[in-house]
Amino acid sequence: MKKVILKRFLNAIPLLFIISIIAFLLIKLAPGDPIQSFVTPDMNPDDVERMRKSLGLDQPIYMQYILWLQNILTGNFGYSIITKRPVLDMIIERIPATLGLMGASLLLSLIIAIPLGMITAVKKNTIFDRIANFFAYIGISIPGFWFGLMLIYVFSLQLGLLPSMGMRTVGTDSIWDVMKHGILPATVLAFQNISVYMRYIRSSTIRQLDEDYVQIQYAYGASKRHVLFNHVLRNVLLPVITIIGLSIPNLVGGAFITETVFSWPGLGLLGVTSIFSFDYPVIMAITLFSSVMLILGNLIADILYSVVDPRIRLRG
Amino acid sequence: MAEKLLEVVDLKTSFYTGAGEVQAVRGVSFQLEKGEVLGIVGESGSGKSVMAKSIMSLIQSPGKIKQGDITWRGENLLGKSEKQLRAIRGNEISLISQDPMSALNPVVKIGKQMTEVIIRHQRVGKKEAEKRAVDLLGKVGISSPEERLKQYPHELSGGMKQRIMIGMSISCQPELLIADEPTTALDVTIQSQILNLMSALKDKEQMALILITHDLGVVAENCERVLVMYGGLIMEEGPVKELFQNPKHPYTEGLLRSLPKRSNGVKERLVPIQGSPPDLLNPPQGCPFADRCPYVMDKCAELPPYFKVDSERKTMCWLHESEEGDNHE
Repeated sequence: MKKVILKRFLNAIPLLFIISIIAFLLIKLAPGDPIQSFVTPDMNPDDVERMRKSLGLDQPIYMQYILWLQNILTGNFGYSIITKRPVLDMIIERIPATLGLMGASLLLSLIIAIPLGMITAVKKNTIFDRIANFFAYIGISIPGFWFGLMLIYVFSLQLGLLPSMGMRTVGTDSIWDVMKHGILPATVLAFQNISVYMRYIRSSTIRQLDEDYVQIQYAYGASKRHVLFNHVLRNVLLPVITIIGLSIPNLVGGAFITETVFSWPGLGLLGVTSIFSFDYPVIMAITLFSSVMLILGNLIADILYSVVDPRIRLRG
Repeated sequence: MAEKLLEVVDLKTSFYTGAGEVQAVRGVSFQLEKGEVLGIVGESGSGKSVMAKSIMSLIQSPGKIKQGDITWRGENLLGKSEKQLRAIRGNEISLISQDPMSALNPVVKIGKQMTEVIIRHQRVGKKEAEKRAVDLLGKVGISSPEERLKQYPHELSGGMKQRIMIGMSISCQPELLIADEPTTALDVTIQSQILNLMSALKDKEQMALILITHDLGVVAENCERVLVMYGGLIMEEGPVKELFQNPKHPYTEGLLRSLPKRSNGVKERLVPIQGSPPDLLNPPQGCPFADRCPYVMDKCAELPPYFKVDSERKTMCWLHESEEGDNHE
């Protein structure tokens, strides 16, 4: 088992390598010369040329890439053009905010979607099922940024219940305060996932309820409740692990927009601000970091799947 | 006459689908005595399995028991609450289904699935239930039972799974075991092992057995009495030996003629029954077999009653009207 996991990790390395090339090239292709951010009005063209040389920007593109990769592998992500701080520090201080938000929204969506999906499956074609499905369609269709703005309008502006932006109130330092700030962004991030998960769990439960083993359980005197929670639930949850793995890209992408709407000081917001200020080292680092997160997420889903499903055993 | 265990009177079960009402069982009556082995034969769609499920009140929406009485040891099952039924299912009446591959939950260990049933009905602790499960697996001929309990269904073969299902089904000493095509999904050598096991257990546990199958050979070897079902109705009923030797219904006759015979080395062509079974969405007014029957008469447009051909046999066919005319029910 350990060997297999190690092997999977090693398999992920070439993928990361390719992603690093793409991230690097995309930035190179983007308009704007990074040297511009270093140019001050009192510099003459010779100074600019010297600057270019000292930054390694006069080298051919593959050399630039190799230099960049070398630095990254030794943990040097460079310095932000804007803040002049080490990129790695900037990213590390943002990670808890983003992971916290993603975790909270994932938890929220599962807590709501699993029971809702199973109940709608059991009550298939009843009014309850129809209403839940109606909302699921709405959830899938509503764009996150609009939903976020609406939530801010209702809960922050009109009702004044929840803060509309940031992660902490200045001067307070309590978990409750952070949670209060997180409720709206986590809801926005979770909303779409709830709809997708719910519909998935519903159809998966319906399929399971038709299985022979469910009939047999009834024939041996099991109650509906027992069959649902002790037999069907396990079978339903297996594929859910996979869709969670698959929805990590959504969460990462959604975090960019949601964090911007709510000024949540996470990686997404950092990414968006860096893009607008052509802060290349930060953009590249965030691209790489998001990819690592994706690959890791899917890897974990893979491994988890084989742990919980006795029929699947990883082979190297 | 032995003690009456189960009596089914005029049972009708339908499924309400988008296309209309599918009348799967259209008025079936029979009795079962303590310790008896009753065979129910018929082709796919004749209503055998639906009837078995109806007896255990396992019909689920969109299906419904429309009419009839099911009396189990003197009590009407159809009047019972879900909770009372649960106390009977798996405990007094048990079931083995057709496909052992899908009858066990794939992600729950064998031991857990078996002990659950024992704990539910016998009110014993986990330790005791495990001990009983081990005994049961021994009884159904499974080697190293302790290890099997820790395994998942996919780790076992089809025959083993069916043995485990049998072990599970008899874990609470039921008085009636309904085996719905218990050997259809297994290969031939395993089939006879499973059937032998079942008849041995039936004697040991003194339970009645309803063996549902489309295999006439299985019925001939294992059953005492047989019901022949067609189009949601019982066409003929009687003791196995007499019924097979001297069928009183053209459908039974047709079934027997479509079987290969190897008795005296003479090559004989099999005679299939022409046509196809009736559409249960719009079942015929008259005899359901009339369309395919070689002896069809004008009268067959009307549904025949049962004619008693002798004290133990009855058939639903006008051919026997004159024979035993004054005897019909």
